Amino acid sequence: MQQFVNVTLSGLVEGMVYAAFALALVLIWRSTRIVNFAQGSMAAATAFIALALINAGQSYWVALIAALVSGFVIGAVVERVVIRPVEGGPELNAVIVTLGLFVAIQALIAIIFGSSFQSFPTPFGVRGFEVGGSTIALTPTSVYVIVAVLITMGLLVALFRFTRVGLAMRASAFGQEVARLLGVRVGRMLTLGWALAAVVGSLSGLLIAGGEFVYPAYMDSLIVFGFVAAVLGGLDSPVGAIVGGLLLGLALSYVSGYVPRGSALVNVAALVILMVVLLVRPGGLFASTVARRA
Amino acid sequence: MSESQSQLSTAGAATDEAPVEATSAANAPSTQAAVGRRSFLPTSTLLRHLVVVLVCLVGAVILLEITDPFTNSQLASLSYYAIAAGGLTVLTGLNGQISLGHGALMAVGAYTTALFLESDEPVPLALILLVSVLVATAVGALVGVAAARLHGPYLAGATLALAVGLPGLAIYFHDTLGGEQGMRVRAPQPPDAFKDFIGWVSGNSATGTKWLAYVGAICLIITYFLLANLVRSRIGRTWRAVRDQEVAAELAGINLGAWRVLAFTVSAAAAGLAGGVMALVVRLAAPSGFTLVLSLALLTAIVLGGLGSLLGALLGSALLVFLPPFVTDLGGQFGLDNTEAAQLAPFVYGVVLIVAMIFAPAGFVGTVRLRWLTYRAKQRAAAARASSGG
Repeated sequence: MQQFVNVTLSGLVEGMVYAAFALALVLIWRSTRIVNFAQGSMAAATAFIALALINAGQSYWVALIAALVSGFVIGAVVERVVIRPVEGGPELNAVIVTLGLFVAIQALIAIIFGSSFQSFPTPFGVRGFEVGGSTIALTPTSVYVIVAVLITMGLLVALFRFTRVGLAMRASAFGQEVARLLGVRVGRMLTLGWALAAVVGSLSGLLIAGGEFVYPAYMDSLIVFGFVAAVLGGLDSPVGAIVGGLLLGLALSYVSGYVPRGSALVNVAALVILMVVLLVRPGGLFASTVARRA
Repeated sequence: MSESQSQLSTAGAATDEAPVEATSAANAPSTQAAVGRRSFLPTSTLLRHLVVVLVCLVGAVILLEITDPFTNSQLASLSYYAIAAGGLTVLTGLNGQISLGHGALMAVGAYTTALFLESDEPVPLALILLVSVLVATAVGALVGVAAARLHGPYLAGATLALAVGLPGLAIYFHDTLGGEQGMRVRAPQPPDAFKDFIGWVSGNSATGTKWLAYVGAICLIITYFLLANLVRSRIGRTWRAVRDQEVAAELAGINLGAWRVLAFTVSAAAAGLAGGVMALVVRLAAPSGFTLVLSLALLTAIVLGGLGSLLGALLGSALLVFLPPFVTDLGGQFGLDNTEAAQLAPFVYGVVLIVAMIFAPAGFVGTVRLRWLTYRAKQRAAAARASSGG
């Protein structure tokens, strides 16, 4: 029983991070119909910037802000410089460009910061709370992860629901031509969308790194998990991404918790889940569309 | 004269309408162009390809005998990259399906070869490689069934999951597959006939490295011969139809899914052979050899060479082999240490992917061919004007 609680708890915490990362993918997919495979590398770059600041003696919070700001800048620059020329073109071209970014940024991180494993600090403890004399798998750090993701989601909802910018962004995602005719600066909105998505991705990169080791490729699994979570939710729906992230987190946690030597199988399990979902419900668990074409 | 001219103009009509989209430009109908011109090559596709195979065999022997052992081993690496890239370019260029999972499919071939070479009395090498191809083909068919229903980013994501997930199996079954350390591969000794052959051709010493370079070259030539015939056959044309016009192809009675699965299966077979050769050449099958970077490097090779072009895949693979030592040296001169300089190659791959997609989506071969076709069309137009004017 206690193991079940612990496995479930850690699954939910991991799931929150996957959800945030999936949300970043969904934000970009909704506005530009591109899956940003470079999201993981971009997030890793900001995590290394944060780590450099922490090693230089700055506090975790300063580093966090710096990472999020640099995420915003990277996202905006990437959209303006390399994504804009392939937007609206053949979908294969956009996929290949984001893959190129993925590999280039990862290599650049290794060149600048080195490719060794470095430990990433966390502002809170990693010892579990004690409930009734036994330690459970909920740590202050995991509470911080949950709260940080919830705050981010709340801010995004507020932005899209209650502000003019949010309305303009929704309009340009919904119908570019119409939005342009109504005076929305669609190009700027797309850049802003990429920048915001990069901030969310950067946050999830920092959260997953907290208390663990980082190296240039540490986000490789997360990009897969985020993609699987986003596809679970239909790739189009922010709520779906969050539910998908939590479901995936739980599923993977049960695999690594209950299958002997299951931790080696986590990536395989994600692959199996993705395949099953794509074969049985290609539009995701919550999709209303029957077929998905082009 | 007049007859050949009319043939020329029909060939021109076909090529003028050559599609300019990224994937199509690289495989404009060169057969038609060859018919009209005076050509030394036979008109039958099979015969023409056989002639090319003979020329390539002689060329490969000459190349391998005049170069030093180090270059020989580099050429062996070139052969496995080129085999895999050839399969991938058929899949992506001709059928429009992207795959980031070819590194994983190569791992399937490599581990199969490694397992078979472990026994004390291994079966003949050709048989081992054939089994590797069959196993990878089976896995590829399985993935292909899933992949046939996906496109673009979905397919990329699914195959990405394959590339990240599959090496995990090697760690899970570490008793048979060696875990993180991987499996050492005992490279087979060159047969006596090979030693005699080398002694007769050049008198060089017939080392194990040289033998593997020859094995790679032979596998490469066979693969490209089979793929080139496939591309120019009814099957290749159907793949192109599936890529360019789904609806029209479906109306013409083509079962889209089945043809996509077939493309993926053929491509996986090539990847399996590439993996087998790679295991022999590297003498190791380990998860660290089949990272995502390998799959992305293959993608770089075919994008740079020109999607859908076998020649492009070969040129792109040459870049994968000869670029890393060059940029690593360059990095060393600029004061980077070894591990940092080793990362310059993937950095260049990424930049090349981005730049090629933005500025020359047709790739090297596609761009050159497009230029050439435009130039020819202009010349013909000028000639037509001159003759009608005079």
